[in-house]
Amino acid sequence: MSDVAVHEADHGTHGHTTSTGLSNNKVAMWLFLGSECLLFGGLISTYMLYRGRVSVGPRPGNVFDIPFTSVSSFILLMSSLTMVLAVSAAQNRDDRGTTLWLSVTALLGATFVGGQVYEFTAMYNEGLGFTTSLFGSSFYTLTGFHGVHVTVGIIMLMSLVGIIKRSTIPGDKAEVVELIGLYWHFVDVIWIVIFTLVYLIPA
Amino acid sequence: MAIIERPVITEGVELAPLATPSRAQGAFKRPVSATGWKSWLFTVDHKKLGIMYGVMAMFFFILGGLEAVLIRLQLAAPNGKVLSASVYNQMFTMHATTMVFLFVMPMAAAFANYFIPLQIGARDVAFPRMNAFGFWCILGAGIFINLSWFFGGAADGGWFMYAPNSGPIFSPSHGVDFWALGLQIAGIASLTGAINLIVTVLNMRAPGMSLMKMPVFTWLTLVVQFLLLFAVPVITVALFLLSFQRNFGATFFDVSAGADPLLWQHLFWIFGHPEVYILVLPSFGIISEVLPVFSKKPLFGYPFVVFSGAAIGFVGWGVWAHHMFASGLGPVSVAVFSISTMAIAIPTGVKIVNWTLTLWGGKLRFTAAMHFAIGLIVLFTIGGLSGVTHSVAPSDTQQTDTYYIVAHFHYVLFGGAVFGLFSGFYYWWPKMFGKTLNEKLGKANFWLMVIGMNMTFGPMHILGLQGQPRRMYQWTEARAGEGFFNLAFWNRIASIGSLILTLGIFLFIVNVIKTSRSKERAPLDPWDARTLEWMTSSPPKEHNFDVIPTVHHLDEFFHRKYEQDPVTHEYKQIATAEEIMADQEAHADKHIHMPSPSYWPIVLASTLPVIMIGVIYSIPVAIVGGIFLVLAMFGWALEPSTAPETDFDPPASGESTKELAPLV
Repeated sequence: MSDVAVHEADHGTHGHTTSTGLSNNKVAMWLFLGSECLLFGGLISTYMLYRGRVSVGPRPGNVFDIPFTSVSSFILLMSSLTMVLAVSAAQNRDDRGTTLWLSVTALLGATFVGGQVYEFTAMYNEGLGFTTSLFGSSFYTLTGFHGVHVTVGIIMLMSLVGIIKRSTIPGDKAEVVELIGLYWHFVDVIWIVIFTLVYLIPA
Repeated sequence: MAIIERPVITEGVELAPLATPSRAQGAFKRPVSATGWKSWLFTVDHKKLGIMYGVMAMFFFILGGLEAVLIRLQLAAPNGKVLSASVYNQMFTMHATTMVFLFVMPMAAAFANYFIPLQIGARDVAFPRMNAFGFWCILGAGIFINLSWFFGGAADGGWFMYAPNSGPIFSPSHGVDFWALGLQIAGIASLTGAINLIVTVLNMRAPGMSLMKMPVFTWLTLVVQFLLLFAVPVITVALFLLSFQRNFGATFFDVSAGADPLLWQHLFWIFGHPEVYILVLPSFGIISEVLPVFSKKPLFGYPFVVFSGAAIGFVGWGVWAHHMFASGLGPVSVAVFSISTMAIAIPTGVKIVNWTLTLWGGKLRFTAAMHFAIGLIVLFTIGGLSGVTHSVAPSDTQQTDTYYIVAHFHYVLFGGAVFGLFSGFYYWWPKMFGKTLNEKLGKANFWLMVIGMNMTFGPMHILGLQGQPRRMYQWTEARAGEGFFNLAFWNRIASIGSLILTLGIFLFIVNVIKTSRSKERAPLDPWDARTLEWMTSSPPKEHNFDVIPTVHHLDEFFHRKYEQDPVTHEYKQIATAEEIMADQEAHADKHIHMPSPSYWPIVLASTLPVIMIGVIYSIPVAIVGGIFLVLAMFGWALEPSTAPETDFDPPASGESTKELAPLV
């Protein structure tokens, strides 16, 4: 949904300032992220309720590889730094820098998703399937939803790189980069919560 | 952006530079039809979309109403044979689902879409394409959910679809799958609509219109959009869990696997209780517009109505567990939710008092719209009072799952939400279509609906307190009881009432047809109204206002028509609506940029039901649907911001004025 919001660009606001002084797109993105908090709130609550409910298969403590996930979490957090650099470059009208840092951000995000795929495969091989136990179902649902969000973010970043290269971006370029940045940081912050609650606090 | 060029009236004025459109991307063009079916299919005009929402909602209102009549026919006589037990279950589930998600919500969206930009002095919503996308989503959702009737039976778990009843064991048909996935699509429509309208209200108000100068309908709809924004994702999670259980073998609500079925109840009602305010607050907003106009007084205590609306929005999040008192939550939870439920009666009561005092001492005009507004105050108060009885947990555990509950929520939703919407029909019809609905038929429509609804839902209080269970499929003469509490008697009365109600609704449809055939045009300001939406032609021009008004007062339009005498403090008319219109046309903006129509909203929205069908029957179909979804998103994103002038037929020229085709 978010790139729907982002590319609505110059409709409506055109030619006159808004009542709040904030652009329509930016308010819309913040509202969307507010809504997303409730989505993850529901998923996290479900996981917290069910993480100890294992009748067959491995328990949470047996399958988590905390050093590995710490490294991939670190990579995701670093992608927020490169995202900031991309926004900064876009605000300085530096197209080369923008595309460079957007690509690096997407690459770091892709590394995180790759790590998640590896982690899921390893867990599956240890006997934790999607339907094995309530722990398995709720774990894969929660982290899977987060992974999908990161993937959508990567697609948006790469599309943005392509659009900037053809310089056909509608509206204010720096703002579009900033909006995708907002989404990206949000997904990172959610991961900090998930990593803490799911991996670090023992069930 | 289609550019509406108005004839240049004053000579020698420098023209403002036009926007530089973004470059067209070869294959991507924007449609340009201003008439015919294409102008509706690809429109992004908030007024056309409002009408489309309204037509769709009316269709589902009739469908849901027929389902209700079938339910009442089944219960009209002992050992009812009209419906089988299984079809009866589907019928009450789909009746509620249709009325809540496919009638009241889209009808409120119809009014919000049509009137919020007009009430705040804007030319469209903030995201016109997203607006169209929302409509096509909710239409797709409605069709998709009802497709289940033809694919092995509709959902049959009741509208709150409690686990484990919703699981594959107790509900083996695909009905629940269609229901859950269809509501996901409806959720997307609600979410995009909520974001769009919040941004519109916050960002696109006319100069001078501070938040506390906004009309109450706009205010309460804003509160509703915030409720939607935060409630929809919760039901989204619940529906995902349900779909994962039914389609992919997870066990989220399967007690035998150690799951907790209360999880569904909590998730559902965290959404479900804000949802009841989502249903009723738009109607509160409508009558807060109607009552002052027909009392010839400003709304009594405007800030109280606004802040009590916002208070309902906040407290509405803390009362959900009163739906679950019978599930054994423990004394602390029960006490907390009892108290919060009693507390939420206060802001609602504040509104009732404000409306009553608006009437007090006013020069009342009993039009059809006014009838429905007063009907709402009375009937909603009855429903509100029975609602307060639910907050008393010991009493509630007796009432839960009886007809008493059915009586309560029909008084608040039919007596509240539906009466408010009908008040809105009669009040705003001349604005939307330029013709006034017949007042005589309107009053007959009102009285039939009042009599019908009280006969249908009033006896349900007695039935419920006597222990007739909700969703009961048949009753028998032998166990009906005697005297005043004879269940047979009251069930028959309720069934007869439902037919009177149906007749009332039928009169409304007759009225609509009659009005659309009549040639009589409504006057520009038929009700002597107070708010900005009346400060333009009826129906409004495509660009709403020739010149964006600068707002100085609450009830700006009233203050442009009337001035207070400094000595006698009486209001004297200083201008008519026609004069104000003529003044606007004389000072019209010369370049008005309106968004161009677009192919992509309908294309993008139509991929969603395909994906959902795929989830139920065949994953490859879902994947193909998903690919088209992504492609449509790129199409949307890369679409040029305006159609080239040469695409118009005839090509747009600087001297013509493009106006919306007449709507009736």
